[in-house]
Amino acid sequence: MSSLAQSQLRETFELNIGPQHPATHGVLRIKVVMDGEYIVRAEPILGYIHRMHEKMGENRTWNQFWPNMGRLDYLSAIAYNHCYACLVERAMGIEVPERAEYIRVITAELNRIQSHLLGFGAYIMDLGGFTPLMYAMDEREQILDLLESVTGSRLTYCYFRFGGVYNDIDDDFITGTRAFIKRFRPQIPMYHKLVTGNVILMDRLNGVGPISADLCRKYGATGPVLRGSGVNFDVRRNEPYGVYPELDFDIPVYHECDSMARYMVRMDEMVQSCRIIENALNKLPEGPVMAEKVPKALKPPKGDFHFAVEAARGTFSMRTVSDGTNTSYRMRLRSPTYSNVSLFEEASRGMLLSDALAFLGSLDPVIPEMDR
Amino acid sequence: MPAEQPQEAAAPVEVQAEGEGEGKPKPKAKKEEDAPPRKNGLIETEYAKRGAHLDVQINPDQVVSAAEFLDGEGMTLEMVTGVDWIKENQFEVIYDYSYTGGQLLRVVVRARVDRNKPDIATVCHIFGGANWHERETWELLGINFVGHPQLEHFLLPEDADFFPLRKDFKP
Repeated sequence: MSSLAQSQLRETFELNIGPQHPATHGVLRIKVVMDGEYIVRAEPILGYIHRMHEKMGENRTWNQFWPNMGRLDYLSAIAYNHCYACLVERAMGIEVPERAEYIRVITAELNRIQSHLLGFGAYIMDLGGFTPLMYAMDEREQILDLLESVTGSRLTYCYFRFGGVYNDIDDDFITGTRAFIKRFRPQIPMYHKLVTGNVILMDRLNGVGPISADLCRKYGATGPVLRGSGVNFDVRRNEPYGVYPELDFDIPVYHECDSMARYMVRMDEMVQSCRIIENALNKLPEGPVMAEKVPKALKPPKGDFHFAVEAARGTFSMRTVSDGTNTSYRMRLRSPTYSNVSLFEEASRGMLLSDALAFLGSLDPVIPEMDR
Repeated sequence: MPAEQPQEAAAPVEVQAEGEGEGKPKPKAKKEEDAPPRKNGLIETEYAKRGAHLDVQINPDQVVSAAEFLDGEGMTLEMVTGVDWIKENQFEVIYDYSYTGGQLLRVVVRARVDRNKPDIATVCHIFGGANWHERETWELLGINFVGHPQLEHFLLPEDADFFPLRKDFKP
């Protein structure tokens, strides 16, 4: 903490960032007590778009809850679909055909690239560089078109079903995806040349917002935040689901613990996602995409069930308590940025306001997912 | 750290919990619906079916020592869940711990409190991340986390005087 921020003699004042502020990526409000340019205390205030998805989970049947899964994190909705599908399949003991598992992974990874692209573009825009957003949007639009052709929606996907996926992918999708990856691969070194090596960006990110691995552990931070703090943890590797164990990919880990490390993890993850998609497309088996004989009215056995997936922002997990009826007794959604942003208050103490916004952007919050 | 280590070490907490419930007579369970509230102790769990390696129910006054112990083992508190068991007149608080330092280990710690006096000690001085989770659980279910620094409205409006996740909540 700076000596200025520690000083008791100086007067402090309160500053509201948000709820409508471009740097908060949605309706997040941060109540900041400032000492000059330095933060004394920054308290995130949530709930502006709280929709009580957990209560909806108790009122709707298992199938009726599907559309909610697209409306938590609207940037990586497929991962949320994946979690819910696997959770209920675990409870019911439904076997998923292999082709469907591959399609799930391909779409989930496309979605992850799309999410990181927007995260990258919007983050650089927060820091004052407008052009990279245009590049990112260009690439992202192609993924959205690909996913729209197979899922039917642009962002709020409701594509998975218990026992498979709702729609098989066709040759157009496969050739389109391959063409996209071919085009996208050389773009990333170009981004690094254009953005990462920029002196202004390096000055604004290097050493800003240090989060130790232990702080991540205490707050339950996951995803790129955790991997940017030198912890090699990824649900896809450490608690594998779907066909991830059969695919080749690396987990990018950076040990610098600063905003630049988190930014770099996301950039590298896009490369790894390309690898996963190519690998999965090469191995894609023929066959059905839906399990046979999945009952229409699901009644999972009594008890607790838990499932976790690696969404674009970290571990998304669901815990459901079933009482053996056609609705859930309790549906708990654990969203990754909820935990990631909860460390903001502790980590931002004594930081410069402009650094704090760069730090907040590096956590890549998505508000509907925090508020649920 | 090998995956077995915390499991073995967690055993004392569980044994302690079992010892407390030993003196009470065993009520007969007639039908499944009339089954009495679950007793403290180790709950049988199978990872492939349930998603947890170790599932243990303890006394509400043991959650802090359990959290301290699991913190010492290097585990993360992933989420805190409250469940309203209205028929049994109890609230259940479920703590999901996971180990992210190596091979994954998921430990579920749960405790039941009286629904009329839902007090349970906070663990947010041990895990900072519990702060928001407990605050949310208080807000949605009305479980009072004793010692929590800021039990104020969070997701709901400031003037909300209801607990929407309680089973007797009428909108």
